[in-house]
Amino acid sequence: MADELQVADRPAEKIIAPGYTFGTITDQISTVVLTTRTPVFWMAGFGLGLVLLLLFLLAAGVLLAKGTGIWGIRTPVMWGFAITNFVWWIGIGHAGTLISAILLLLNQRWRNSINRFAEAMTLFAVACAGMFPLLHLGRPWLFYWLMPYPNTMGIEPNFRSPLVWDVFAVSTYATVSLLFWYVGLMPDLATLRDRAGNKIARLIYAVGALGWRGSARHWSVYETASLLLAGIATPLVLSVHTVVSFDFTIAIVPGWHSTFFPPYFVAGAIYSGFAMVLALAIPLRSVYGLKGLITDKHLDNSAKVMLATGLIVGYAYILEAFTGWYSGNVYEHAVTVNRMTGPYALQYWTLVLCNIVAPNFLWIKKFRSTPWLLFVWSLIVLVGMWLERYVIIVSSLAQDNLVSSWRVFQGTRWDWATYLGTIGLFLFLFFLFIRLLPMISIFEVRTLLPQAKVEPGEDRR
Amino acid sequence: MSAPVHGLMAEFDNPTALVAAARAARGKGYRKLDAYSPFPIEELSGALDLHHNKLPLIVLAGGIVGGIAGYLLQYFVTVLYYPINVGGRPLHSWPAYIVITFETAILFAALAAVLGLMGLCGLPQPYHPVFNVPRFALASRNRFFLCIEAADPLFDAVGTAGFLRTLEPREVSEVEE
Repeated sequence: MADELQVADRPAEKIIAPGYTFGTITDQISTVVLTTRTPVFWMAGFGLGLVLLLLFLLAAGVLLAKGTGIWGIRTPVMWGFAITNFVWWIGIGHAGTLISAILLLLNQRWRNSINRFAEAMTLFAVACAGMFPLLHLGRPWLFYWLMPYPNTMGIEPNFRSPLVWDVFAVSTYATVSLLFWYVGLMPDLATLRDRAGNKIARLIYAVGALGWRGSARHWSVYETASLLLAGIATPLVLSVHTVVSFDFTIAIVPGWHSTFFPPYFVAGAIYSGFAMVLALAIPLRSVYGLKGLITDKHLDNSAKVMLATGLIVGYAYILEAFTGWYSGNVYEHAVTVNRMTGPYALQYWTLVLCNIVAPNFLWIKKFRSTPWLLFVWSLIVLVGMWLERYVIIVSSLAQDNLVSSWRVFQGTRWDWATYLGTIGLFLFLFFLFIRLLPMISIFEVRTLLPQAKVEPGEDRR
Repeated sequence: MSAPVHGLMAEFDNPTALVAAARAARGKGYRKLDAYSPFPIEELSGALDLHHNKLPLIVLAGGIVGGIAGYLLQYFVTVLYYPINVGGRPLHSWPAYIVITFETAILFAALAAVLGLMGLCGLPQPYHPVFNVPRFALASRNRFFLCIEAADPLFDAVGTAGFLRTLEPREVSEVEE
């Protein structure tokens, strides 16, 4: 932009590449949405998502017609894939809230260019997570029985059950994430409204922007609202996975009944969530030429968070095995030995490889600065975290207190179809998002520019 | 001037100039003025004396109402409406209520924050006179605007325009009502 001041004498904070102006940032991010040309990468990703989404609809349709018997769940393993996938997806969502809320409170300004799509990731991951408990109900059309409401049946939810706590925790989490995301979008929707060439697009963005005009009075309230929402979302995100872990710890199943599950689950959630952030950010920034905004610094920082939380998760595994031995409890001891040597030994040792061994490579700077390696590593972490939930849920249930009721669980093709289907739902929603809404928060990235700082004292007009 | 006027608007190309202009206008005694920028500027809130708003109180109230509502809901159901005696354990089992009380407090606080934001900003607002200025579309891109409104007692079409020009803006335009 020739008509805009460039500040050359003060180097930008090393968060984004130098040379950007308010105008070029706005143009680069909004053009992805406002252009009429759709890249082949988008078509491919969206197409894959759509195909898998159709698979999900098929799997859900068969489930509604035939019942949950199409899945591999049999007594005593009644949770199987459904709850594994639920916990996996919810965990992935946590990184988005961590980035948008906790890093905001900690004044980590590098978050400004990744928070938008990370929050979108949270929303869509929670949507995918929600599918599983609903479908697992057996009669999903009666899901509203989970909520307390005046009814003629004379029944109410059991408020002393962690499963009901989970309903409240997850629905609150979904609502607050949506609100936080939408509030963040409002100023950027106004930008799209002012820049859209197409009349219909302008009308739709105008409705979404709710008449936002960037008034100083509004910005002042807006900043307060962002901080307060971040303050609210921070304990919320920590509580959600804590409550998810209560689903296990409150049950007296050996391998579940343990007090260190809440911190262990929260760390695991952030670990897998940052893996998903990296898995999304690395291809996106290459395809859309956004390496100046999502820089190697962002990948490096995310990898460090992944390393730190991965170490916590590794510590938890070691502690879990130690506790199994040290407790002197014959059932806890048996569960630990069964996990390591029983029918799920392969899954157990793979998860040890993915979650204890693999993250340690991130100590090496070369690893953290090589995007394709980080991409591969994030996929390894995602697989590892899925296996972790699988081993916790399935191995504990398959070999419980009573040997005569033991039964080995195997996922059926419908289990896999439903799981892959939700990955499709996620991709479908995510690709729609990057085509229709700005994937990077435009106004927050503007504040990263050196020229966004107000010079103290002297006028520079 | 025949059409009713909402105010006069000066356009700047950097935040420092806008903040200086806002300070100068306040110094001149103008009170009915607003500034428009593509991102939040902390110094601008200081210049326009906007640091206090009621949102924290609204959110606190929302959180307290939510927490109480969640607790009472559980108390009502488990003690009064649908009591279940499990081995003589107390019906008012408050430790089991903690999680849902916390979640409803958070939910109500977040709703209060967003509704409070909308309420305090007067949004959604489909029409506002500043949108009548064609160049105002740049307020969401890379330009900074200061608008002195006609409702200000010191406002005078010629004098105010003259004052705004002394601030060396890129342009001064009239905002039609």
